[in-house]
Amino acid sequence: MNEVKTIDLVVIGGGSAGLAAAISAKNEGIDDILIIEKEEFLGGILQQCIHNGFGLQTFNEQLSGPEYAQRYINEVERLKIKYITNAFVSSISKDKDVYYSSKSEGFVHIKAKAIIISTGCVERTPGQIMLEGKRISGILTAGQAQKYMNIEGYMVGKKAFILGSGDIGLIMARRMTLEGAKVLGVAELMPYSNGLARNIAQCLNDFNIPLFLSHTIKDVIGKDRVEKIIIAKVDEKGNYIENSEKEFEVDTLILSVGLIPYNVLLEGVDAKISSTKGAIVDENYMTSIPGIFECGNSLHVHDLVDYVSLEAKQAGVGASLYLKNMLNSDNDNCQVKCGNNISYIVPQHINVNNIKKDISFKYRVRKPMKNVKVEAYLDDKLIKSISKIAILPSEMEKMTFNKEALANGRELRFEVKEVKL
Amino acid sequence: MKTNKKIYDIIIIGAGVVGCMIARELSQYNVDVLVLEKDNDVCNETSAANSAIIHSGYDPLPNTLKAKLNVLGNAMFDKISSELDVSFKRIGSITLAFNEDDINTLKMLQKRGEENGVVTKLLDYKEVHELEPLLSPKVIGGLYASSAGIINPFTLCVHAMENAIDNGVTLILNEEVKTISKENDIYNINDKHFGKIIINAAGINADDINLLVNKGKDEFTLLPRKGEYIVLNHFKAPFVSHTLFMVPSNKGKGVLISPTTSNNYLIGPSADLVYKDDNTTQKDIINIVKKQAENMICNIPYNETIRVFAGIRATPETHDFIIKESMSENFINVAGIESPGLVSSPAIAKMVVDEIVSKKINLVKKDNYNPYVRKYVHVDKLSFEEKNKLYQENKDYASIVCKCEKVSKGEIIDCLNRSCPPFSIKGLKKRLRVGFGKCQGGMCQSEALSIMASFYNVDKKDILYDNKNSNILLKKMQEED
Repeated sequence: MNEVKTIDLVVIGGGSAGLAAAISAKNEGIDDILIIEKEEFLGGILQQCIHNGFGLQTFNEQLSGPEYAQRYINEVERLKIKYITNAFVSSISKDKDVYYSSKSEGFVHIKAKAIIISTGCVERTPGQIMLEGKRISGILTAGQAQKYMNIEGYMVGKKAFILGSGDIGLIMARRMTLEGAKVLGVAELMPYSNGLARNIAQCLNDFNIPLFLSHTIKDVIGKDRVEKIIIAKVDEKGNYIENSEKEFEVDTLILSVGLIPYNVLLEGVDAKISSTKGAIVDENYMTSIPGIFECGNSLHVHDLVDYVSLEAKQAGVGASLYLKNMLNSDNDNCQVKCGNNISYIVPQHINVNNIKKDISFKYRVRKPMKNVKVEAYLDDKLIKSISKIAILPSEMEKMTFNKEALANGRELRFEVKEVKL
Repeated sequence: MKTNKKIYDIIIIGAGVVGCMIARELSQYNVDVLVLEKDNDVCNETSAANSAIIHSGYDPLPNTLKAKLNVLGNAMFDKISSELDVSFKRIGSITLAFNEDDINTLKMLQKRGEENGVVTKLLDYKEVHELEPLLSPKVIGGLYASSAGIINPFTLCVHAMENAIDNGVTLILNEEVKTISKENDIYNINDKHFGKIIINAAGINADDINLLVNKGKDEFTLLPRKGEYIVLNHFKAPFVSHTLFMVPSNKGKGVLISPTTSNNYLIGPSADLVYKDDNTTQKDIINIVKKQAENMICNIPYNETIRVFAGIRATPETHDFIIKESMSENFINVAGIESPGLVSSPAIAKMVVDEIVSKKINLVKKDNYNPYVRKYVHVDKLSFEEKNKLYQENKDYASIVCKCEKVSKGEIIDCLNRSCPPFSIKGLKKRLRVGFGKCQGGMCQSEALSIMASFYNVDKKDILYDNKNSNILLKKMQEED
């Protein structure tokens, strides 16, 4: 038996988060890095997102997904960061053993001094939303349809209906239309859209695709493949409203009903998990297991890839500080709490002593509100207030603080409050 | 009509668990056996959508076929699961009581069990809560049956057929039986398959198949009863470790909560009379199932739900299995095999062969009969050293396709090379659990589809999800229709 090889930093997942994290750690002076990617190429899900709109924040340019990924891949190559593709990490341990396998190397056991988990997210499935009707061919998640079309080069249907107004669903409505398919509509369970406003405009309105708010699929009909779907209007409790059914003859039903962080590895090491299904992390994106970090969509689902890259950059810095033994581990913890209409905040706790200059918190709201103030309270004292014309669950929000503003705090709480005009 | 037609000794209609088990039972003898299946895979209806329970046998009424075959079948599973390399665990079942009436019913069931030859134990409040710590405090007692178990129903069926084929049985898929005629004591099915003895194991359609031969003289009706289930993912937190039943009612065994052999959890079924092809799932029915289950266990983690499904059970009007030669000589009905059909299936097969077929045809044991399927490799279950030894033999075993269930390309290729291989994505899923996990194939379906297309040397658009016309991909982009 060969001795187990030790590597300073193992980055699991070579998508937008993993690439940015690895580059950041390298720039901080960590040389011994290995990125492990399960697919054939680096870049993750960006490789199948051939539409543009990526990079506006980071590069001030409109890039396609593969173009955005390539900028980071080029940087990984330039910095000579090691990576392996077609390699799957089956488990990790609290002591940071990493077990992976690949056709080229077989089954490998390495020991990492630090790990960054950037394994992305998965789509919610027909089973998870308990889709009614038949379980036949022609029901796909938006990401599956996107992969079949953009990577494999195959059409998945001629006439489609889309359930859920998530961004990938909207993008696929446009994509299928451009490829000659007919998209008859999009149904959204909530009374508001779950996609970015620009996608509603550019993917639905521009192509006259109707959006049915407060509607869901009541039945999927067909023998071997989808032949027809029936949608119905729902009340606030999700119950069908009588006589609100509409029928659509389609051969394809595409689901865009939400993304969930993919965190099987963290479950294996008993890391503390938050309501986002990602890890509970600190100011440097370190999980409850020392030396194991998490960033990107496996931590919480982002709306823009640019924010993934930024977050991952900070995780890379955090991992490098950990490896250089420069993190304060004293228990000077400030807990971050969700107040009115806040669904989650990342990070969930901070050690102010580990913040270099400033820190950004990312959060989402539970329900849309108009004319609001988002307020931050440190130990019940208002320290920041931002006014917004509108706030939506589909958009990830950010609030940034100087280190000094948070000094000696024990609890930071965000609240959304309506402003009386 | 062809002159050199092949005449089979026995033709089995239907490749559900009953048809597969009978085929395997017959494959040890020197007889020509043909199995006709209307779908493109074995185990594609009731056998694939049930509770996957190996019942102990205290529940069926004494002196029924159900009681006899359940108890006989249960005892056969240690051997069968080892021969066929199928996951099987005797985890025991507990039937739960919520009030004194239920306790009395349990005492009655215990007595019934004694008559059927099944040992059970009555549990008091403390005992039942010790065995299952998450039980609702409303549960006041239970009836424990240690011989009850859980099985992988898909591989039970598939491996039985694989073993039957390896021992000489012929399987024809996509062959729906539409006509049966008889001439000179030879049955003629669809004007192309000829056999001396027909075994009707057509599941929910067995009454219709019987009509093709026995119309007006020996009829029976099967009532299609739909059961809807919820599947929970495997998760780390402790949950249930036995199969938990409610006290049975006249509607059936009621909702159960059970671990599965793949460490998932199954909750269901409902029981509603429907049309034969109605395997839809409905929210209001699933909600009823959930509510009933919550009587047994509080705080069921429904956020771990990965799938809902429905199965159709063939309920006979007599409420007992129909296993006998019909009024038409040499046409044997094996019908109405509802619960406890899965556990009874090996005993049904033995009964059909030993008590009926053997009296019609001279059964001579083959010298070269091999009851074992070639061992399946489960990469994820091997030690690190074993994995690398395997990798040295075949590098595909280190290439993991299904990330949720950790299934390698090597396992998929091995499965495709066997004698009862999958011809659809669903077929692959049933055999190896590819796409069975949390993402339900979201991550790996395209890769599985590519592997199948290249193995069968067809275009990707020809790979089916399930039966014919269930293609996943319609055409290449920009290709004309």
